[in-house]
Amino acid sequence: MSKIGLIITREYTTRVKKKSFIVMSVIGPLLFAAMFVLPAWFSSMESTSEKRIAVIDQTNKYAGAISDTETLKFTWLQNDKEQQVKSEYKSMGYEAYVVISEDLLQNPDGIKIYSDAPVTIDMKSHIRRDLKKFLEKEKLESFKIDGLNEIISQVNNITVHISTIKLGEHGTEEESSTELTMMVAIIFAMLIYFFVLMYGTQVMRGIVEEKTSRIVEVIISSVKPFQLMMGKIIGIAMVALTQFLLWVVLTVAIIFGIKTALFPDGEMPTRMDKQMEIVQSSTNQEGGSTVESSEFAEQFSKIMEKAKSIDLIGPIFSFFFFFIGGYLLYAGLFAAVGAVIDNETDSQQFVMPIIMPLILSIYIAMAAFRAPDSNIAFWFSMIPFTSPIVMMARIPFQIPVWEVILSMVILTASFIFTTWFAGRIYRTGILMYGKKITYKEIWKWFRYSGK
Amino acid sequence: MQNFIKRIYPKKMMFLEARKVEKKFANHVALNQVDLEVPENSIYGLLGPNGAGKTTLIRIINQITGPDRGEILINGNPLKPDDVYKIGYLPEERGLYKKMKVGEQAIYLARLKGLSRNDALKKLKYWFEKFEIQGWWDKKIEELSKGMQQKIQFIVTILHEPKLLIFDEPFSGFDPINTSILKSEILKLRENGATILFSTHNMESVEELCDHITLINNSRTILHGQVDQIKQDFKEHLVELTYTGSEDVLKQKISHPFNIRQTASTNGHHKAYIEMGDSGTINQLLKILINDIEINGLTELLPSMNEIFINVVNKSNQSSTTANTNQP
Repeated sequence: MSKIGLIITREYTTRVKKKSFIVMSVIGPLLFAAMFVLPAWFSSMESTSEKRIAVIDQTNKYAGAISDTETLKFTWLQNDKEQQVKSEYKSMGYEAYVVISEDLLQNPDGIKIYSDAPVTIDMKSHIRRDLKKFLEKEKLESFKIDGLNEIISQVNNITVHISTIKLGEHGTEEESSTELTMMVAIIFAMLIYFFVLMYGTQVMRGIVEEKTSRIVEVIISSVKPFQLMMGKIIGIAMVALTQFLLWVVLTVAIIFGIKTALFPDGEMPTRMDKQMEIVQSSTNQEGGSTVESSEFAEQFSKIMEKAKSIDLIGPIFSFFFFFIGGYLLYAGLFAAVGAVIDNETDSQQFVMPIIMPLILSIYIAMAAFRAPDSNIAFWFSMIPFTSPIVMMARIPFQIPVWEVILSMVILTASFIFTTWFAGRIYRTGILMYGKKITYKEIWKWFRYSGK
Repeated sequence: MQNFIKRIYPKKMMFLEARKVEKKFANHVALNQVDLEVPENSIYGLLGPNGAGKTTLIRIINQITGPDRGEILINGNPLKPDDVYKIGYLPEERGLYKKMKVGEQAIYLARLKGLSRNDALKKLKYWFEKFEIQGWWDKKIEELSKGMQQKIQFIVTILHEPKLLIFDEPFSGFDPINTSILKSEILKLRENGATILFSTHNMESVEELCDHITLINNSRTILHGQVDQIKQDFKEHLVELTYTGSEDVLKQKISHPFNIRQTASTNGHHKAYIEMGDSGTINQLLKILINDIEINGLTELLPSMNEIFINVVNKSNQSSTTANTNQP
């Protein structure tokens, strides 16, 4: 095996065997899976506990105006029970009680909820929504319009569905879902940010470790310093890719595992469907009808169709390119810093200038989600220090191909340059101990190590 | 100087040569026209005070850095990248990966020096048995004491059986027992055909081990040659006389060209240090004294390498400071 191969193998195997790597590889997918599964689980938890609420209507106008839901059950009591309820509502089995004391059309404040436990927003908004609907109807009826019910049902049937149609270059119309595209863009950009930062600093740490343990001189008597540096950078890149692939595979496996555990027959279309249905039915109580939620399921399956139809191959290819390119660009700089400092506590003054453009690119990426074609998004997706993240935020929006290619070319040229630059500093730096290094000193090394 | 060297090593092949090597760093000159001629199969001491440029020279030989001018020859050929396999290097600033296991790490370092995995394993087995440290194989380096780590480091340095071994301060961090083990191993390596270049401040070990030395000060060579020859060159023609009898008698008898430098007596044993002058011989001295005092012993005193080191370095520092002050 070539020497650089040996170095890559060592860097790779020692890292993937580390406990921290294994823990990260497991926790990451668990968190991702939790993002999908937990909301559904919570809402299913809530639905099991039923709350009874007493209503005392002193106006006698609103009997039955508030409908029951899966979790909220309303009981209309006689006015004379008011005193009893006030003192004993708990022992009577009620969570809270509602008192309507005045005509709500004339005085909207004429209703109060009493409870010693905090009243949930869900409960409050449900009551408000139902009463509002009832009052609207009452108000409309007071105008005495003929065929009112017909009019109302016609009005209720008006709906608007907006689909975004992206006009393709060849005049073909491709349907795209803006929300989904944005999700993809955000995930890609964040992943690159995360991996560049995490594994870039690992390169730095690895070099500092070799320097402080003083093994570096033993090794560079066998291999060229540049080989050692590149071996480390490439080895850690492979660790990063391994981690990424593990996350993808494990996340999918966990989600499918939970899905099959909950729905062994496999009759549920997807886990997402169920979750979204629950969310939908809880936010859309007015109807509360099965008709509407199945309508949503239909909508949802449409989105899934669209997700499949979105061309992911291009973005995924670019993701790997910018992932590796961005990593190489920053890893070179982190390597130079590692060579310059003696221990990690000294790293701050040199690491800050490197991290700044990374943080900046996250902000620019946020702007790019909203306006992928703006000038700022364009220019920062050309500057190599920000382009990996900003470009990834733009690519799912199907920007012109030449922009992507130009950005890739600039990035490639830049990482070749930073690697070369880092190599020269690295060569001198790894053999320097116990000196406080300034930028001026680094510049000297850079110039002299060319000889 | 070339003639001088030819006289001392008329037949032996030079294994390692440095010719007029120069190296400048951003702020100072590390090596200035330094020559080095290490005969094959010898132990060669590279001496000099801290900061003299020894480590830089060693790094150049190891191709860690390149010289600005001059060249390095190995076996008569200019240094080439593959020569790293012929060299085993134990740097002064040494260490191992702390979190890596001993065995794994030794194999890794051996493979970087060009050994195959199997060869490395075989040779490591031999050395681990020899030093009786088989139990360390699966330990992490950080679990070992400093002396134990040094042992591992030594094994790793010589494992690929290099023709040229370079030891920079090999004895630092070793206790006396391990130091003597190490010394005998170094001598064995020479017996087995290796050439050893070895840099140290420990002059005792220089006298014990080295055949030749080069002394570098302020980036220049100020002394080089065979150790015995150097001692002869620097001897002060001084003898140590141990005797029984009267000191006054001694003083009366000693006259030109001899001269008593110093006397000492402990428990009735008398010692005198006598300068031999330009023409005096030991036989003449004996003739003068033999009838009047009882001679217990007479030895010619050779300067220790320690004294020579201090002398030569001080002289060179003085001349360089005067040279500097003379400059306008």
